[in-house]
Amino acid sequence: MKSVKVIVPFLLALSLLSFSSFGFQSDELLVDDEEFGLEGSPQHRSSEPVLTRSQPVTRKRHSDLDSDSKIQFSLDHAFGDSDFSPAGTFSARLKTWSHGGQTLTKLRFSRNSFTDENKEKFKNLLKSDDFYRIRLPSKALSPPGRDFVISSVKARCLLREGLDEHFVIHMEGVNVLAVNYGSPGSCPYPRNLKFPAKWSFNSHTVLKNSEQAPRAPVFTEEILGDENAEGEVVQPPERPFWAKYWMYLIPLGLIVMNAVTQAMNMPEEQASGQAPAQGQPSAGAVQRGPSSAARRR
Amino acid sequence: MAIRSFFVPFLLFGLYFYSSLSPVLSLYEDQVGLMDWHQQYIGKVKQAVFSTQKTGRRRVIVSTEENVIASLDLRHGEIFWRHLLGSDDVIDGIDIGLGKYVITLSSGGSILRSWNLPDGQMVWESYLQGPKHSKSFLLVPTNLKIEKDSVIVVFSNGRLHAVSCIDGEVLWKKDFEAESFEVQQVIKPPGSDLIYVVGFAASSQFEMYQINGRNGELLKHESTTFSSGFLGEVSLVSSETVVALDSTGSILLTISFQNGEISFQQTPISNLYEHFSGPAIIIPSSVPGIFAIKTNAITIFIRVIGEGMLEVAEKTNHETAISDSLPLSEGQQAFALIQHAGSEIHLAVKLAHDWDGNLLKESIKMNQQRGLVHKVFINNYIRTDKSHGFRVLIVMEDHSLLLLQQGTIVWSREDGLASIIDVTTSELPVERDGVSVAKVEHNLFEWLKGHMLKLKGTLMLASPEDVALIQSMRLKSSEKSKMTRDHNGFRKLLIVLTRAGKLFALHTGDGHIVWSHLLRSLHKSEPCQSPIGLNLYQWQVPHHHAMDENPSVLVVSRCGPSSDAPGVLSFIDTYTGNELSSLSLAHAVAQVIPLPYTDSTEQRLHLLIDSDKHAHLYPKTSEALSIFKREFSNIYWYSVEGHNGIIKGHALKYECTGKVADEFCFDTRELWSVVFPSESEKIIATVTRKLNEVVHTQAKVIADQDVMYKYISKNLLFVVTVAPKGCGEIGSVTPEESWLVAYLIDTVTGRILHRVTHHGAQGPVHAVFSENWVVYHYFNLRAHRYELSVIELYDQSRADNKDVWKLVLGKHNLTSPISLFSRPEVITKSQSYFFTHSVKAIAVTSTAKGITSKQLLIGTIGDQVLALDKRFLDPRRSVNPTQAEKEEGIIPLTDSLPIIPQSYVTHALRVEGLRGIITVPAKLESTTLVFAHGVDLFFTQLAPSRTYDSLTEDFNYALLLITIVALVAAIFVTWRLSERKELQEKWR
Repeated sequence: MKSVKVIVPFLLALSLLSFSSFGFQSDELLVDDEEFGLEGSPQHRSSEPVLTRSQPVTRKRHSDLDSDSKIQFSLDHAFGDSDFSPAGTFSARLKTWSHGGQTLTKLRFSRNSFTDENKEKFKNLLKSDDFYRIRLPSKALSPPGRDFVISSVKARCLLREGLDEHFVIHMEGVNVLAVNYGSPGSCPYPRNLKFPAKWSFNSHTVLKNSEQAPRAPVFTEEILGDENAEGEVVQPPERPFWAKYWMYLIPLGLIVMNAVTQAMNMPEEQASGQAPAQGQPSAGAVQRGPSSAARRR
Repeated sequence: MAIRSFFVPFLLFGLYFYSSLSPVLSLYEDQVGLMDWHQQYIGKVKQAVFSTQKTGRRRVIVSTEENVIASLDLRHGEIFWRHLLGSDDVIDGIDIGLGKYVITLSSGGSILRSWNLPDGQMVWESYLQGPKHSKSFLLVPTNLKIEKDSVIVVFSNGRLHAVSCIDGEVLWKKDFEAESFEVQQVIKPPGSDLIYVVGFAASSQFEMYQINGRNGELLKHESTTFSSGFLGEVSLVSSETVVALDSTGSILLTISFQNGEISFQQTPISNLYEHFSGPAIIIPSSVPGIFAIKTNAITIFIRVIGEGMLEVAEKTNHETAISDSLPLSEGQQAFALIQHAGSEIHLAVKLAHDWDGNLLKESIKMNQQRGLVHKVFINNYIRTDKSHGFRVLIVMEDHSLLLLQQGTIVWSREDGLASIIDVTTSELPVERDGVSVAKVEHNLFEWLKGHMLKLKGTLMLASPEDVALIQSMRLKSSEKSKMTRDHNGFRKLLIVLTRAGKLFALHTGDGHIVWSHLLRSLHKSEPCQSPIGLNLYQWQVPHHHAMDENPSVLVVSRCGPSSDAPGVLSFIDTYTGNELSSLSLAHAVAQVIPLPYTDSTEQRLHLLIDSDKHAHLYPKTSEALSIFKREFSNIYWYSVEGHNGIIKGHALKYECTGKVADEFCFDTRELWSVVFPSESEKIIATVTRKLNEVVHTQAKVIADQDVMYKYISKNLLFVVTVAPKGCGEIGSVTPEESWLVAYLIDTVTGRILHRVTHHGAQGPVHAVFSENWVVYHYFNLRAHRYELSVIELYDQSRADNKDVWKLVLGKHNLTSPISLFSRPEVITKSQSYFFTHSVKAIAVTSTAKGITSKQLLIGTIGDQVLALDKRFLDPRRSVNPTQAEKEEGIIPLTDSLPIIPQSYVTHALRVEGLRGIITVPAKLESTTLVFAHGVDLFFTQLAPSRTYDSLTEDFNYALLLITIVALVAAIFVTWRLSERKELQEKWR
C-alpha cells in the first residue's frame, strides 16, 4: 500500500502540471467553415467539400454580400511524352468575399470524350504501362498563370469497368497549387494489362484548401482553480488489494507453502534416519508427534 | 503479429515503469569523458597579432574566418580564451592597444570592441556609423595621444574616427562623403601626428587627404587624374609612397605624396621582366621598400629605390608567401618569406632594406597534405645569447595553423575541422587473428590489477588515490581507441569534409585524426578555378561477399560557385585515406541520388542529375547498367526550385538524345509539379527522411489493445513555405501578414498528403523527419514564442487488419505490395507545443533496428545539444490521459515542452558555432552515436531507453567471477564437510 501512497501524490502533481482539459483545443475538423468565412482570415483556407459530377453539393450560402461569377479553365492531357491537348473543362463559381479574398466553389467538370486517335494512343499507353498526364493552369482566373501544374498516373491505374479518374485540386485562394490525379481506389502492384470495356470517364473531383493548424494549447491561470477537483478524478479507481498484487502474492504463497512443507519434512526425515541408528524410541516418539500432525494437515 | 501486439503492451508497460523511475537521462560527474570527447577549434586564421608586452609575450591573438577571436599559447598552441562572434559579425581587423587590450573591428567596420588581453573579458564596445559603405581600416598608433588618451584610428563606412583606447569614446570624426571615393589605405607615418587617407575616385583619380590626428582637421586635399585608371589594391611601400597597377594590369604606378604633393612614376612591367604577358596582380603586403606582384604563376619581388625607381629583387616560380614587416631595433624592419620547394618549405627572414642578406634561413619538411602556405605572421624574441630570434606562424591551405621556430614545427592546430561541410561514417577493419592476443597477455596483470581496484571501489574500500587511479584508468582505456571493429559497433571512423577541401578520418573513440587527405581534385587547377567540396557519400560499404575490399567514400565537388559548373568526383579509401581515383565530369552536378542498389563489389549505384535535368549513372560499368535497367521504371526523383517556388517530379526516359551516345546518360521527363503562388508562398525548408533509417514495425499498439499502422514511405517530402513578406527577421511583420504552410508531398506521384497552415507564424524553420512523423520548429508571432509542431501519419488502408482470425487465415493485406499510385488513405494527427529556445539544428537518434524509442536532439542557441524524448511530441497527448494511456507512456499534455537541465547531451560543454548534428546507429540496438559539429566538435554515445541490452562499461566482471569461484569453492567445501560428517556419523 505504501507504493500506492507514493503514486497518488505523483499523479496529483502531474495533473496539476497539466492543468485541465478546458484549455485544450478541440480536435474537431472544421468541415463547414464557410460559415466562418466572414470573420475568418484574409486567406480563406479550409477543407472544401467534395464535389462530384453526379451530385454537386448544394450548400446554403448565407452571405448575400458575396458576389459570384462564373469562370472556366481547361484541362489538358498528354499520352506518354506527347504534347498536351485539351481534354475537358472545369467550370466553377468565383466567390468574392467581403473581406477581399476570392475562392472557387461549385466546381464542375465536363470531359471531352476520347476520339479514336486518343483511344489508340491510350491503348498504346496501356500496352507499354506508361503515364497518362494531365495539366491545369496554375492561375484559374488568368490561365495559364506562372506555370502549369502537372500530374500523371500510370494509365493502367485508371481502368475499372470504364475509366475512373479522381482529381484532387489543391487551391490557394484562386491559384491552383497542385492537382493530384489518379484512380479513386487502389492500384494494386503488378499492374495487369487489360482494356476498358467502355471508353467513358467517370470523374470525381475534390477541391481542397489548406487546413488550419490547431493552436498550441494555452493553459491559463484561472483554469487552475478547478484543477484540484479534477485532479481527484484522475486518480485510478482504488482496486482491491488482491486485484492489484495477485501476481506477486501467488508466487509468494507458493514459496511459503514450499518452504513450510520442506520444513515439515526435514525433521521427519531426520527422525526416521535417526531412529533405527540410535534406538531411542522415546525421542522418536517426541519427534514424530508434530510430523504426524503435519501429515494430517 | 497477434503475438506481438499481445506482448508489446507488457513491454511498453515495463519501459514506462522503468522510465518513470528514472525520467531523466543524465551523466554522473565521473562519467564525463568516458564516452564523449570535445575538441575546440578556431577556424582559418585571418590575422594574427603578437603581444610585445611582458605579460602577453607568450600569447598570440588571432582572428579567423569563423569569426573567432582567440588568444593562443605560443608555446603549445592551446586556447587561452576565445570568443565566437555571430555569423553576420565578420571581423575586419584586430590589434593590441596599450599592450593590454585587444581591439577588434567587425561587422563591416561598424562595431569596435576592446577585450582584456589576459582573460578575454570585454572592456567596452562602441558602435561606429557612417554615411556609406566602404572598406574598413583599424590602426592603433603607439604615439598618437589626445589629452593623454591613447587613440585608435578607425576608417569605416566612409568616416574616419578617432576612438579613445580607454573607454571607446569617439574623440573626433571626419566624413569622406564624396560619392565615388573609395578608400585604399589609411596611413599614419610614425613620428608625426598626421594621418593620410588615400584612395581612388571615379576609377581614374587618385585622392589624398592629410588630416591632423589630434583633432580631425583636414589639412590638405590633393588629387591627380591618371587617365588609364587603377586596378585592384595598392601596396604600401613607405609611409608616403604606395604602388598601384593601372587598369590593364601591365603598368606599375609609384605614387608618392610627400609633403602633400602627389607625384606619379610609371613603370611598365615589361621593362622589369621581359617575358611579361597578361595582367599582373599586386600581392597585398606592407614591407617598406619592397612589394610583390604575381603574374602567370610567377611571383616577382620588386624593390623601390629612391624616387620611384623600381628594380627586380627576385623572380620565383615557387609558391611563396610573405609576411608583414616587424619593426626591429633602431628603425630596422624584418619580414618573413616562405617558399615552397618540393616537400620542403624554405623560411627566410630578411631585413626590409637588405634583400640579399638573410637574418635567418631554415628549411622545414612539410606534410604534403597541408598544401600551400597561405599566410605568414612573424614574431621575434631575444635568444639566450641576446641576439634576435624569429618565430613564424603560418596558415596552410588546409586551414591548419603551425608555429615554426628553430627549423622545426613547434605545434600545429588542425583548424580546418572548424568548418565541416559534410560527415559520413565508415566501419573500421575487422580484428584479425594474432593481432590482439599478445596485447591481452601483456596486460593480464594490469587487467587483474584494474579489476582489483574496481572491486575495492565497489566495496567502498578504495582510498582517494585509488579512486583517482580508477577514474584515470577508465578515461584512458586503450580499448576505445583501438583501430579495429568492436562487437558493439561503438568504434567507427567519422569521415569529415572541410571547407578547405580536406578529408579527415576521426576515430569515434577519442577523436584523434586517423588520416587526413587534401583532395587533389579540389586543388586549384587550370580547368577548375575555384573548386568547392559539396558532399560526401558512402560509395562502397563492403560486407558479405566483398569483405576483402576496403570501404570507400565519394566526394562530390564542383568547379565554381554556380550550379552549372562542371563537377568533380573523387573516391577515397577510408582505411588508408588514399585517393583511389578522381573523375572530372563533363556535366554539372545539381543533385546526387544514392540508389538503393549495389553491384557485386558492394559499390552503391549513384544517379547524378545535371543542370539540364539529365541523369547520369555511376559507376560506369556494364554491371551497374544492367542492375539499373532492371529497376528503370521504378526510379523517380524530384527537384525543388526554391527561387521560383516550384517542386517537380521526374521519371527517367530512355538514353540521352544528344551529341555523343552515352549509355549511362538518361533523359528525364516531368511527371508532376506543384506551383506555389509566388505572391503568397515561398519555400524556406524541405526535409526528407534519412535514406538509411530503419523502422522496426509498422504497427503501433495503442492503449486499448488497438493497433494503428504508421504510414511509412521513403518517398515523402516535407516542405514549408512562408509568406514572402515573412522571410525576414522575426518580428519584421505583423502576425496578420505572416503565415507558414507545411506540406507533406509524395515525391513519386506529387500527391499532397497533408497541408496545414499556421497563421501568424514565421520562420526560420528547422525540421526533422523520421518514421511516420515530422517535427518542425518555427516562431509564433501571436504568442511571441517559438513552437514545435508534430505531424504523424497513419495508414488507414491497413487499419482493418485487427482481427486475429484474419491474420490466422491469411486474409489480410499486410504482405501485398504497396503502390503509390493507389489513392492513399492517410490520416494525420498533429499537435503544437511552445518551446523556449530558438534552434540551430534538429536531429533524431537512430538505432540499428529501430526498436529503441527516439529522442530529438535539438541544437540550442546556447550551442548545446538537448535530448528531448519523442514522447513529449506525441499528438495523442491529452490533458487527462486514461489509465491505459498512461501505461502506454502518454504524458499528460502541457502547453510547453520541458527543458530538463540534465538532459543536455553536451552536459557542461558547448559546441561553439553549432551547425549540424549527425546520428549514427551503433551495432548495439540501445545505443546511438551522436556527432555535433560547428567550430567545435563533440561526440558522445546516447542510449535513449538506457542500455537495456548490455552491461554498463564499468560492470565488474572480476567481482562476478570471484563470486562464482567463491560459490563453487563453498559448494565443494561444504560437500566435503558433509561427507565427512556423514562418514563420522556412520562410524559412530
